[in-house]
This record gives sequence, C-alpha cells and structure tokens, in this order.
Amino acid sequence: MVVLTIPVNQGLGNDSLIKISTKKYTMANTYYDAADLRKFGKITDWSEELGTKFFDYYGKVFEEGALSAREKSLIALAVAHVVKCPYCIDAYTKDGLQKGITKEEMMEAVHAGAAIESGATLVHGVQMMNKYNKLSM
Amino acid sequence: MVTKSLHARHDELAETNKQLKILNGGIFAEGELPYFKDKIGNTGHFPLKPKKLEILQINVGYMCNQICEHCHVDAGPDRKEIMTRETMQLCLEVIRNTGAHTLDLTGGAPEMNPNFRWFVEEAAKAGIQDFIVRSNLTIIRANGKYRDLPEFFKKHNVHVVSSMPHYTKGKTDKQRGDGVFDKSIKALQDLNAIGYGLPNSDLQLDLVYNPSGAFLPGDQVAMENDFKKALKEDFDIQFHNLFAITNLPIARFLDYLIASENYEDYMYALVEAYNPSAVENVMCTNTISVSWDGWLYDCDFNQMLDLKVTSKINHIKDYNEDILNDRNIIISQHCYGCTAGAGSSCQGSVT
Ligand code: SF4
Ligand code: SF4
Repeated sequence: MVVLTIPVNQGLGNDSLIKISTKKYTMANTYYDAADLRKFGKITDWSEELGTKFFDYYGKVFEEGALSAREKSLIALAVAHVVKCPYCIDAYTKDGLQKGITKEEMMEAVHAGAAIESGATLVHGVQMMNKYNKLSM
Repeated sequence: MVTKSLHARHDELAETNKQLKILNGGIFAEGELPYFKDKIGNTGHFPLKPKKLEILQINVGYMCNQICEHCHVDAGPDRKEIMTRETMQLCLEVIRNTGAHTLDLTGGAPEMNPNFRWFVEEAAKAGIQDFIVRSNLTIIRANGKYRDLPEFFKKHNVHVVSSMPHYTKGKTDKQRGDGVFDKSIKALQDLNAIGYGLPNSDLQLDLVYNPSGAFLPGDQVAMENDFKKALKEDFDIQFHNLFAITNLPIARFLDYLIASENYEDYMYALVEAYNPSAVENVMCTNTISVSWDGWLYDCDFNQMLDLKVTSKINHIKDYNEDILNDRNIIISQHCYGCTAGAGSSCQGSVT
C-alpha cells in the first residue's frame, strides 16, 4: 500500500492552491505543515512523467515480496527517522498501526536506525585515528 | 476513558441530526472532498440499490456491559433500548419466511436482552442456514449467569462472531476498557474447549478486528495470519476467520475523531482509499437491519443515524421483502467507511 500518495484525481483545484500560498505567508513560522502530506501526489502536476514514474516505483517497492509488507513498513519507519522526515514519520507510524505493528516493534525499529546512524558516525573515528597517527611523530 | 454513553452524557452528538450535519458539512460542503453521492455517481452507482437479500440483521438492544470508545452504537450499561418479546415475535414471523440465508443478532450485548435465550431457541427452529450472534466475549465472563453461554451457543449451532481489537493486552484494553483483554482470552479458551473455532469444527468462531484509533485496518489476510500466530503461540487459542472492519465516523467514534482532532485526516484517508469495486458489495446491498423497536434500516450504521429505509414498508410489522428490496439506499459521507481499501462490512472485507 502506498501510504504517502494521494490519488491524482483527488487533487485540489487552483483555489486551494491560492489558499495554501496565502496560508504560507500568514503562517511563515512553519516550514512543515502536516496537511501538506495529503498533497504529496500533487508533485506530479509539475512533472507528470517523473512524478508518475516515482509513484509507480514507490508503490511497487512496498508491495509484498521477498520481504513482507510489514517488514518493509518497519524499515521505512527506521529510515524515516534517520532522514528525519516528519511526513514519513507520520505516514509510517500510521501505516504500522494499520498493519497491527506494536509500539514496541516500532521503537525497536527506530533504535535500529539510530544505532546504524551513530555507528556510521563512530566508524569515522577510525579515519580520525588514522589521520592522527599519520600526522603524529 | 469513556465511562458513559453520549446519550447518558447528554452530549450533543447523541443527536443524529447533529452527526449528519457534521458529515454533510465542513470539508464536504466546502468542496475539499466529494460527497459520497457524487463519488459513486462517477462509476454509475447512484442511486445505490439493493441486490438479493441475504442477511437479516436484528439489533436486540443497545444495552452493553462495555462502553468501548469507538462504539458506533453508543452502547453501554446505561442504554435502556431493549427489544420486547412482542417485537421478537414479529421478527420470528419474518425469520420463518425470509429468503435470507443468514440471521445476524447484534446489539449492544445481545445476551443482555432478558428474552435473548428464548429468541435464539425459537429462531434456531426456523432452520436458517447461518445463525450468527455477535458476542463481545467479556459478557461470557461478566457474571455467573452468562458462564454457560458457550454451551448454549453450541446447543443451537450458533455461529459466534466476536470482537478482538488486538492480540496484545495494551491495545485491546485501551480501546475496550481495562481487563477486557484477559476476559476475552478466557472466553475464547472456553469456546475452544467445547469445540468452537477448531480447524475442522462446524462450530464457527470468527473474530472481528477494528482499528483502535484513527487509522484504517490493514490487509485482512495478513492481519488474520498475525492474529492466528500470536493467539496460538501465546494463549493456545484458535479461531476460523478474522473480519477486518473499518470504523465508521458516527456516534462515539465520530466524537473521538473530533475530540482528538483527527476527523479531517480520517475523512481524507477514507476518501483517498475509495475503492469503486467495493461499492458493488457494500453491506446494504444484501442486508436489512432491524432496530430494537422494529424499524427497518439499510444497515446498522443508518440505524444509528436514524435513517429509516425509504420504502412504504419501514417497520417489521408490515414486512414485505419484495417491496422492501425495491428501494433506494440512503447514503451519506459515513458510507466512505464501507468503500475504503478492500471495503468493509459486518463480514469484513467485501472485495
Ligand atoms: S463496540 Fe460492541 S462491545 Fe463495545 S460498547 Fe459497542 S456494542 Fe458494546
Ligand atoms: S454505511 Fe450503510 S448505507 Fe452506507 S454504504 Fe455502508 S452499508 Fe451502505
């Protein structure tokens, strides 16, 4: 199931676009607006071909395959945290609930992502050590 | 945690016209989302008409031992609407002559109706193919007088359909109240012990899953596998089918959606997940719903919104299947709950 998309035929009219842009100016303190997630499908409006290709690909990736849809949802949740995308976090928390994933499983997935992320930072410590040793007498 | 029905709280959402005003207004009136009528009209499904009648669903009263937060009936111990023996007599007359193959008793907790057992005994004699009782499980453990219900169901070959929001305690108790999970597990074990739900048993035991929050149910087959695995491993419990049911935005679930500021997102999610092939098989196309006081409705949801059938036959006392079947079904935006994803009915997915 594609959780991030909204079908193209649900697109909002031009009036709504005007409304959205007005809102942007009046609420300039928010870069992220939760309601924008619903409009994700609209990226296709400005590049039909690429947008459609992306959503087809996206949908295909999350289908049941060698990995179950449930496993993929947990991977997506972990990655969502690592790339720190609030939209993806909302989407995959909801997707996890829909799939009956428990909060304990979700939190473990977030830790798996976080562990890799901190591991990735720390493994660069070896580079630091190498450089240090090379420069030192 | 909810402790009283909307009715007992005199909440304005206890009024059905208030609920309908919300469902017809807001994001729909402003044109952000299409009306259900227009949506199904695009695929030539308006007006929605019944097909062959298959299921007679009788609501024997709104009294319940539980007060679930999501309840679309607004049921609870404080509800006094209970079907009388006289109305049951009228229902029996219909049950004996109906072309429907399934009789589906629901509530509230149907077992709390003082004439429940008599009614089941009489109805069972009509020899209907599939006789369902929707039992919330905890009732079996609620009070000594209900302990023998599993045996009673078995004696009359009743098909038991029970709700179980999750296979973990936390989620179940959050939706349905503290202690519900442990009692439900015990009740399921009691049912298994006398043969209900076992792989080759004719004693049918199905579970109903509905999401404990503002999200849609996942794939029914995947959920069934997860439930089967977890209940077997953790509690040695078996059952036949799992029906994944979408919560419709009415009564207490609507109240919850509004209070938790999830209403708009939820309606968006329902509309986005609209599946035209689910429209063909929505429950109202093969079901008639009877209320505790004998009025007829297109479905249990329309009953709770007090939208009686648009037919000159609208009460059980005048029941006539042919005339009834030639009607237009009343729809509103709550209907999007029946057409989202794989669709949803009291029998689970419809596609
Ligand atoms: S959802 Fe079922 S068990 Fe819960 S209060 Fe409503 S009728 Fe009772
Ligand atoms: S809510 Fe009732 S009337 Fe509406 S689609 Fe569902 S079953 Fe039909």
